[in-house]
Amino acid sequence: MALDPNNRTLAVLLPVLVGILVLVVWHGAVWYWQVPKYLVPSPILVAETLVDQWSLLFASLLVTLKVTFMAFFLAVVIGTLIAFAFAQSKFIEMSFFPYAVLLQVTPVVAIAPLIIIWVKEPTAALVVCATIVALFPIISNTILGLRSVNPGLLNLFRMNRATRLQELVRLRIPSAAPYFFGGLRISSGLALIGAVVAEFVAGTGGTSAGLAYQILQAGFQLDIPLLFAALFLITLTGVALFLIMVTLSKLALGDWHESELVPET
Amino acid sequence: MTIAQAVRTPEFDAQEPAPAGPPAIEVLGADKVFSTGVRALTPIDLTVNQGEFVTLLGPSGCGKSTLLKMVANLIEPTSGGLMWWGRDYGHVGEEGKKLVFVFQDPTLMPWSRVRGNVRLPLDLAGVPKAEGNARVDRALAMVGLEKFDSSYPRQLSGGMQMRVSIARALVTEPNLLLMDEPFGALDEITRNKLDQDLLDLWFERKLTVVFVTHSIYESVFLSTRVVVMAARPGRVLREVVIDEPYPRDDAWRVSQRFAAYARDLQVLLAEASVSGAAHE
Repeated sequence: MALDPNNRTLAVLLPVLVGILVLVVWHGAVWYWQVPKYLVPSPILVAETLVDQWSLLFASLLVTLKVTFMAFFLAVVIGTLIAFAFAQSKFIEMSFFPYAVLLQVTPVVAIAPLIIIWVKEPTAALVVCATIVALFPIISNTILGLRSVNPGLLNLFRMNRATRLQELVRLRIPSAAPYFFGGLRISSGLALIGAVVAEFVAGTGGTSAGLAYQILQAGFQLDIPLLFAALFLITLTGVALFLIMVTLSKLALGDWHESELVPET
Repeated sequence: MTIAQAVRTPEFDAQEPAPAGPPAIEVLGADKVFSTGVRALTPIDLTVNQGEFVTLLGPSGCGKSTLLKMVANLIEPTSGGLMWWGRDYGHVGEEGKKLVFVFQDPTLMPWSRVRGNVRLPLDLAGVPKAEGNARVDRALAMVGLEKFDSSYPRQLSGGMQMRVSIARALVTEPNLLLMDEPFGALDEITRNKLDQDLLDLWFERKLTVVFVTHSIYESVFLSTRVVVMAARPGRVLREVVIDEPYPRDDAWRVSQRFAAYARDLQVLLAEASVSGAAHE
């Protein structure tokens, strides 16, 4: 088999091989140096913990997923609406864009305590924090997209006496789609980060304990295998979100946009 | 062709009457000074009659594209005015007064298939889908792309993309085609083929065309009349009637009379660039 960089099997096989290699080296190192499990547990121990503590971890995973998805959904809806409003008029954008940047540059850890005080319901507070984190890429990418219209096509629409609505639906939205999907990829990851960071700050326990809470608790109790298991689930969630966004993007743009074209050899 | 015709040299006479047909476009002393203060065009007087194939020929900076865009109502003249079929622009689009602009680039929507791109003007005008599709089929057949209706633009060559662009112009059943160096980015072989096909379409469908180019050969091959323009300042130098019957084909391209016209236009353009330099 020739080593062709466009080979799809290789694209899956190579990262998997690297992963297995890392796990083997990890396990070997822990075993060889007799590293205590409260410092670095072996991957096998982490897997065992994952199975043993599954009911606890799974409940927490659901909580984190719920916050992430609600925040992501809100960020997409609000971000798109704001972007459309900004794209309608340069004056609206001029007036409000600096404040959108303000949202972006203020670390969520710094405003989370305030939000947790203001929003009584714990889950809602987490959702608000995560939404703030995930919002900006949607706004900025969608605005960029709505403005990145081929001037020739715009002339063509105007010469054909297109209405503003036709221009928006048939020209601006399709032109913005590649940028929007780029924003989705970034934003989905940020929604998860926002959900986890906010929970660290909030430290909500009980029935609404998410994965961040389990990590905090495991850290206090030096239950490092549990910490690793929770960390693994968060990472897995992030990767899954990314893959979902890539697939969505491929479904929407695959036929025509350069970013999704498979190079022909 | 008789020997008498073959040896007759082209005559440059601006007074020579333009071919019959009521005026489609009248440019009445229109000029253009851009907001930067650059004078793109000195006042222009030009009449394009229905059924003519007029090319605007000149070096870059002579204002030929500006003039064409004024005719398309994409740019307003600084002073002077224009008439479309003897009326103002408000009546353009009525039956028998349809005008369409073909850009230098194909200007296609990459997310839409060929059919969707060609149907766009009809969709924007609210033409029902079934009627629209029938008209798209006819337009695609005219440019020889009936088999490519479900391709995406990126799957087509530059020449084929330009054909899609022309089909999109034809689908509105226009009376007047305004073309801004439409084949300028294509290789010579493709360009010759498209020139020929365009000319046949013009002839069969009794269109009126105003065509901007900087190719002397293209202008001689296509036109009933060449409007030679010069730069600094942008102005009309001379109008040359290409007195050669249609349909024209490759035999015309290699004829002595073609060469004579081309040579004389070449001399005119060279003189213009000298006199233009003297203006600076």
